[in-house]
Amino acid sequence: MSATPTELNSGVPTSRAAPRRIAPWGRWGLRATAIAYLLLMVVLPLSAILHAGLRSGVGVFWKDITNPVAFGALKLTLITAVITTFINAVMGTLTAYVLVRYDFPGRRLLNGLVDMPFSIPTLVTGVMLVVLYGPQRTLGAWLESNGIQVIFATPGIVLALLLVTYPFVVRAVQPVLMDLEKDQEEAAYTLGASKWVTFYRIVVPAISPALVTGSLLNFGRALGEFGSIVVVSGNIPGRTLTAAVHVYGQIESQNQRGASAMSILLLAISFLLLLLADVLQRRREVQRAGA
Amino acid sequence: MPGLESKLNPESDVRSAPARQPRRLTGGVAKWVLIGLAFLYAAVLLAGPLAAIVWGSLSEGAGQFLRVMTSADALSSLKVTLIISAVATLVNTVFGLCVAWVLVRDRFPGRQIVNGLVDLPFAVSPVIAGLMLILLFGRGGWFTPLTDALGIKVVFALPAMFLATIFVSLPFVVREVMPILAQIGTHQESAAYTMGAGPWQTFWHVTLPSIRWGLLYGISLTFARALGEFGALVVVSGSVSGLTETSTLFIFRSLDDRNYVGAYAMAMVLAVMSFSILMLMELFRKRSESG
Repeated sequence: MSATPTELNSGVPTSRAAPRRIAPWGRWGLRATAIAYLLLMVVLPLSAILHAGLRSGVGVFWKDITNPVAFGALKLTLITAVITTFINAVMGTLTAYVLVRYDFPGRRLLNGLVDMPFSIPTLVTGVMLVVLYGPQRTLGAWLESNGIQVIFATPGIVLALLLVTYPFVVRAVQPVLMDLEKDQEEAAYTLGASKWVTFYRIVVPAISPALVTGSLLNFGRALGEFGSIVVVSGNIPGRTLTAAVHVYGQIESQNQRGASAMSILLLAISFLLLLLADVLQRRREVQRAGA
Repeated sequence: MPGLESKLNPESDVRSAPARQPRRLTGGVAKWVLIGLAFLYAAVLLAGPLAAIVWGSLSEGAGQFLRVMTSADALSSLKVTLIISAVATLVNTVFGLCVAWVLVRDRFPGRQIVNGLVDLPFAVSPVIAGLMLILLFGRGGWFTPLTDALGIKVVFALPAMFLATIFVSLPFVVREVMPILAQIGTHQESAAYTMGAGPWQTFWHVTLPSIRWGLLYGISLTFARALGEFGALVVVSGSVSGLTETSTLFIFRSLDDRNYVGAYAMAMVLAVMSFSILMLMELFRKRSESG
């Protein structure tokens, strides 16, 4: 934003530099518009949260995130996010493998289903689960009579998170599997390795970076999920209240400082995850380019 | 999500493998067990809940479904949703194109930071996005003196709902357009300039036609996301039915009021709308890949 003319000159000589014929004021105008838009829409609101959560000092911030209700919410969120990420890492890899390696009737249908959670509103996802597993429903009532409570309990939260984050691992692993030549797998297998050993020694090492990236994205998404959980979980403090719903509750009860403190913590975690995913992604691209 | 169908090559399947190979890796019982597991998982996660919502919304008959959906509250909530989504999509299309162009074609110090800012809305829980707006425009907010002086009500009114929706759907157009802009390069644009075209002419006749399918894909992602937004809206909207109540807020209120058929019916309508957009997106994606 504060670029001087000399800095401008030093940045130009790549082949993708702006065509010289656009008037300088036009390019400056576009650049200023783009930066101003992001400053106004992203940086300014984030600073407001940092300010509101931290202006009373770090001690107060610490109390805001370690009081029993907030800490319980944080713990529940982390536990459910870990469970969800683990299950989707396994089932997502399996789904990606099946989609890439096998041909079978209904493959396109399965492939299409994978995308659906990204397009269905998360609140609608929550409502669907309530209809299916709610205590008044056939399936929900049957499960409850067998001692399993889904809605207004932890299983419901996990189920909602699983559904909402289903595509991440599948879509991260799928392209890598497609790039991985089948020859290696078949060579190992022909040489006498069992199917399991082949998978473990050939496929797993090849897909593991993508699997980690997909899992990180999955985990990050699970941390912040709100729409599906607020309907499904019952939001009982200390038992089924997640961090995002806790933020909502604090806003509703006019405690902006508490809401901001929890938000800062969540933001910091997802920011670190994004950064990690980005680093891993880049390292993989470098490796690929070198190969 | 990279395009799958076009990359998946059915010819590479086991049927085309050399016939003399004695041990076949892909086939037999294991194949069908894995395929079965992938379908079972998708069915439990997706097909079950989808079927449940159809059943739930029609459980009291199609007449009741129609009566609920044509009620004044339901219709006006759909209208508010469509208006907000359309405005947010328009704003993010115009500014998204600008940001994408600047990030790909322009070089300036701090470009990487600006690039990172674009992804932040994906890392932020929607509830937190709502909280940001409250902190900026709510009671005691940074801009409240200004908006009060101008006589504009932002929070608990439509302006904050526009801003919230713009925020959560900001990255899509930028992220879909950037790779295509980088890929097409500047040769054609330079040629147009050399032949005397102005910047606008060049944009309309050279750049826009080359990026159109990717742009349409980004626009539909933005619209779909805006349509289903809930977490940020529930925090900043006044939820005044008929005025500031979107379809997702209608569902939320209906659940509270125990108007289950209303909630399920609207959830199904939103699911169907999202599903249609997903179909449309598949089309755009295929076009964008085939050039």
